[in-house]
Amino acid sequence: MSKQITIVDYGMGNLGSVCNMFKRVGARATVTSDLDAIARADKILLPGVGAFDAAMVRIQDGPLRAVLDRKALVEKIPVFGICLGMQLLTRGSEEGKLAGLGWIAADTKRFPSAPDLKVPHMGWNIVKPGAPSALTKDLPDESRFYFVHSYYVRVDRDADSILKADYGVEFDAAIQHENIYGAQFHAEKSHKFGMQLFQNFAAL
Amino acid sequence: MLRTRVIPALLLRNESLVKTRRFGAFTYVGDPCNTVRIFNELEVDELIFLDITATRERRPPNLKVLADIANECFMPLGYGGGIRSLDQAKSVFDIGFEKVAINTYAAEDPKIIAQVAEVYGSQAVIGSIDVKADIWGRKRVYVASGRRQTGLDPVAWARQLEAMGAGEILLTSIDREGTWNGFDLDLVKSVTSAVSIPVIAQGGAGNVEHIEDVVKRGGASAVAVGSMVVFQKKGMGVLVNFPDQRDLEARLR
Repeated sequence: MSKQITIVDYGMGNLGSVCNMFKRVGARATVTSDLDAIARADKILLPGVGAFDAAMVRIQDGPLRAVLDRKALVEKIPVFGICLGMQLLTRGSEEGKLAGLGWIAADTKRFPSAPDLKVPHMGWNIVKPGAPSALTKDLPDESRFYFVHSYYVRVDRDADSILKADYGVEFDAAIQHENIYGAQFHAEKSHKFGMQLFQNFAAL
Repeated sequence: MLRTRVIPALLLRNESLVKTRRFGAFTYVGDPCNTVRIFNELEVDELIFLDITATRERRPPNLKVLADIANECFMPLGYGGGIRSLDQAKSVFDIGFEKVAINTYAAEDPKIIAQVAEVYGSQAVIGSIDVKADIWGRKRVYVASGRRQTGLDPVAWARQLEAMGAGEILLTSIDREGTWNGFDLDLVKSVTSAVSIPVIAQGGAGNVEHIEDVVKRGGASAVAVGSMVVFQKKGMGVLVNFPDQRDLEARLR
């Protein structure tokens, strides 16, 4: 039996679709805001929709930060940040003033404004494979994912970039460093491509 | 680069799926969840559900049906129909929808667009505009499922919705809806050239050439399709289907 996935509910974004997708791939997942449950987790999914600073405030202004740091950096359990959750893994974002979790050597930047490229980057985009990772195993060529974001992540080390996408600039659509994983797109709304990714995370 | 989205727009009459012609003449299409399962298999880009009787019956969104739909759906989802407050929008987002479309209540109290955009972001708010020609042939905005004329000019209203924070416009030609006769390209062009947010063109899609036309000549960022994805052919029975994805991609590139 695969390990249970703990979806951290810190009040940013709806989690129903994420749960539905895990259910669909046969993984056990629970949504919780209970600190003890998070402290016992084997695997953590960090979701998030909304503003960078608003999310960091919710994580930082309480005991959640210390628990998450311990799980990610000391126990080194698999942690998967999606959408804003991926941006939180970086050192910081041009969207906000607060520092990020800083678990991966990366920054979050704003898309440059260009007349023919509307921000947010919203819609289906094709990704290109980067460094091999357990998270992107068995993804078909020309995999496409559903994106909605105004800021993008750029990692320092190319080896941490596992999927790339292009929207005026090339950016890192999915990242991994050791036990820390991130995906910018809404995998839970990306058909079989998202299912494959969730299945891979469930199998870690 | 982004794909041009081709979005089945499915009409709810409370709990059943229906299709209309010029906002009247209901045909029963089937059960929403079965239809969603088929569109999952067909890997469509996005789905929009519009409850066309909610406003008329002064009924809030049917959250039970919407939750069933969201549970089956592994693609982005939009909903419109009867949303008149931030709380109602919230309950639709909480179920797992990404976007809400607001039509009648935006015309009655435009603040709702800004309120929802402030909390959920502009990308989550679709300003929905239904347009019909009046007896002098002037195109005017109608609300309440096409029952009530507002006197608003569609171009000016689209600009106003954008200024209030709508992230997208769903532009529907009532005169073309359900006719299979192609889009009102003049209407679409007039709006797409006036706003900088994406415009989803709706009303008249009968084949892939129509879709190509409204994107290339009308400037639409996305296309909503109805009859052609729920009926076998014009005047024929129900058959949930979708154009060949490769053909579409080649045409819309």
